Amino acid sequence: MVGRAPYRITVGPRTWTFADLKDLMAKATPPRSGDRLAGIAAASAEENVAAKMCLADLPLKTFLTEALVPYEADEVTRLILDRHDAAAFAPVSHLTVGGFRDHLLSDQATPETLAALAPGLMPEMAAAVSKIMRNQDLILAARKCGVVTRFRNTIGLPGTLAVRLQPNHPADDPGGVAASILDGLLYGCGDAVIGLNPVSDSLSVLGDLARLIDGVIQRFAIPTQACILTHVTTSIELMNRGVPLDLVFQSVAGTQAANQGFGVSLALLREGMEAAQALKRGTVGDNVMYFETGQGSALSAGAHHGVDQQTLEARAYAVAREFRPLLVNTVVGFIGPEYLYDGKQIIRAGLEDHFCGKLLGLPLGCDVCYTNHAEADQDDMDTLLTLLATAGVSYIMGVPGADDVMLNYQSTSFHDALYVRRLLGLKRAPEFEAWLSAMGIAGADGRPLPQSPSQPLLRGWR
Amino acid sequence: MDRPTVTPDAWAHLAGATPARIALGRAGDSLPTAEVLRFALAHAQARDAVHTPFDAAGLVEQLAALDLAPVAVHSAAPDRATYLNRPDLGRLLDAASRDRLATVPAATPDLAIVIADGLSATAVHRQALPLLAAFLPWVRREGWRLAPVVVASQARVALGDAVGQALGARAVAMLIGERPGLSAPDSLGVYLTLNPAPGRLDAERNCLSNIRDGGLSHDLAAFKLAWLLRQALRRQVTGVALKDESDHLLVDGRAPMLLAD
Repeated sequence: MVGRAPYRITVGPRTWTFADLKDLMAKATPPRSGDRLAGIAAASAEENVAAKMCLADLPLKTFLTEALVPYEADEVTRLILDRHDAAAFAPVSHLTVGGFRDHLLSDQATPETLAALAPGLMPEMAAAVSKIMRNQDLILAARKCGVVTRFRNTIGLPGTLAVRLQPNHPADDPGGVAASILDGLLYGCGDAVIGLNPVSDSLSVLGDLARLIDGVIQRFAIPTQACILTHVTTSIELMNRGVPLDLVFQSVAGTQAANQGFGVSLALLREGMEAAQALKRGTVGDNVMYFETGQGSALSAGAHHGVDQQTLEARAYAVAREFRPLLVNTVVGFIGPEYLYDGKQIIRAGLEDHFCGKLLGLPLGCDVCYTNHAEADQDDMDTLLTLLATAGVSYIMGVPGADDVMLNYQSTSFHDALYVRRLLGLKRAPEFEAWLSAMGIAGADGRPLPQSPSQPLLRGWR
Repeated sequence: MDRPTVTPDAWAHLAGATPARIALGRAGDSLPTAEVLRFALAHAQARDAVHTPFDAAGLVEQLAALDLAPVAVHSAAPDRATYLNRPDLGRLLDAASRDRLATVPAATPDLAIVIADGLSATAVHRQALPLLAAFLPWVRREGWRLAPVVVASQARVALGDAVGQALGARAVAMLIGERPGLSAPDSLGVYLTLNPAPGRLDAERNCLSNIRDGGLSHDLAAFKLAWLLRQALRRQVTGVALKDESDHLLVDGRAPMLLAD
């Protein structure tokens, strides 16, 4: 039996009580260190399952009337509720959270119906249903969600997987960055974006790096896009100075206060998007935004409002959705073990984030990653990579040898991308695949070809 | 069947352009055995650095031999597992440590130095004393009064705020093991904070990072810390408002003998 707040459920001889909707959500979420750190996690394994049972009986439409973060105090809540499409929601409006899970796994849920449903779903609904889904449910349902975005190529077509080429260097050395770009391209990576995390904040250094990557793309006519992962205000300033930027990057989170911690607001993100769109640098589309997110960022900023980290992560996707991004990825294991303790928690979170993002209509990728103080290793990353690729993840990271020498963490490598392509027959963005073939980098089967010094990329490299 | 099973990359000559792992070659489409093991070794070293027990007692002995009147403290995180899960506890002193610091005679020192394990005890074992040895001549030259040096176990950066406040110091320098990367499991970081007190923001600290062999040298780090402290005490500010402009004073990339203005 489910009652109104406080929420109650009787399981056998015991009645469990949850103070309000956010308490119920936090207690129902799979175990993770960040929710324990926040003091909001279930106190026992049985309470966790009782909360899931209570949540499963909750009508989906409850979320339309009970805001987890107050409407008056938070522009993300206002965005979510003001943008909610009641007509799109209608086909599932009668369902409970548990009934919604059954629906997602049923043959009634197809790529077409799920795409139509996305504007009718609030992130809290996606988060709620994910909490009562097993890993295989998250994989199967996400795989049904098709999300296609475009700038200079087409990302997200069925049967494809894209890769961000991440050529970071600890001193922003142009020659070092260029060497990593070359390595990645010759391993067939870079269709999602060639995206650099710079060390520097200096506008002149960033401008030089942007021109370097743009120069490679233009010179070899590569159907892909570049991005310097710096603050949105810095990108706007670079564009004002005439620096060639394709995509505008920003980290975003699921509450207004956490976004303030990042130094951004919805209005500022809109300004960044409009500035990039005005440059009209895309050839096949105008999705110009690149967002990164990650569970725990709101708690880390002291801006979580007592809401669990996975629900707040889904709310970050509502922020992203407003700006029709080309790419969104969760940086799942980067934040550290105080939020996601070990490989098991990182794997679960990666699958949840991917599912929620796709269900909400976003081109979700994943930085499959970990830090050296987490209880995780490359085997855990192999597992998550393989699971996400079967789930249809839009893109992954390509870091030389999986070792980011600037950010000091481990991600996925160019070799990892080749592994998963070969295992599952996944293609690249079609425009990029054609370019690789024309350049003699990959064969008709998409596999890398042996290279000689006469390879045009090598000959043309200074 | 004599074809080599590992395909080398035709751009191996570019590998020297970056510390990134490029031109690794491939076995089929996968990493060659040697690289898989090389990576595993680096990760193992980084993991060991995180979990190597901190030899606080040994460090206290060595500091005592230098007449630095060391005091050992412990955070409220009792063990490594708690420390990794609860960063909030790593920022607080445990009760016994608070009592111990309360008995230290206070004379408004200019600087309290805290040496803390952080995420790499290995970094502290290798870098802390050499850095201190390079820094003490600056202390003498500038006439700064030092508080007893504090050795802190299971500590986060912000623990220095509580220590600095308890000692009544005008500034605190936290020497702390950084999160180990694959290329460097033994990097030390230094965080300088003026008017230390719990609640200071990260934006109110100046940071020197990557102090290790092959990174920022002990001599250069000591000079930069001295430059920052002198500016901090004069201008009464640390953090984003105090930019590190000490590079202007370097002579051929090396630390000068004096802190000219």
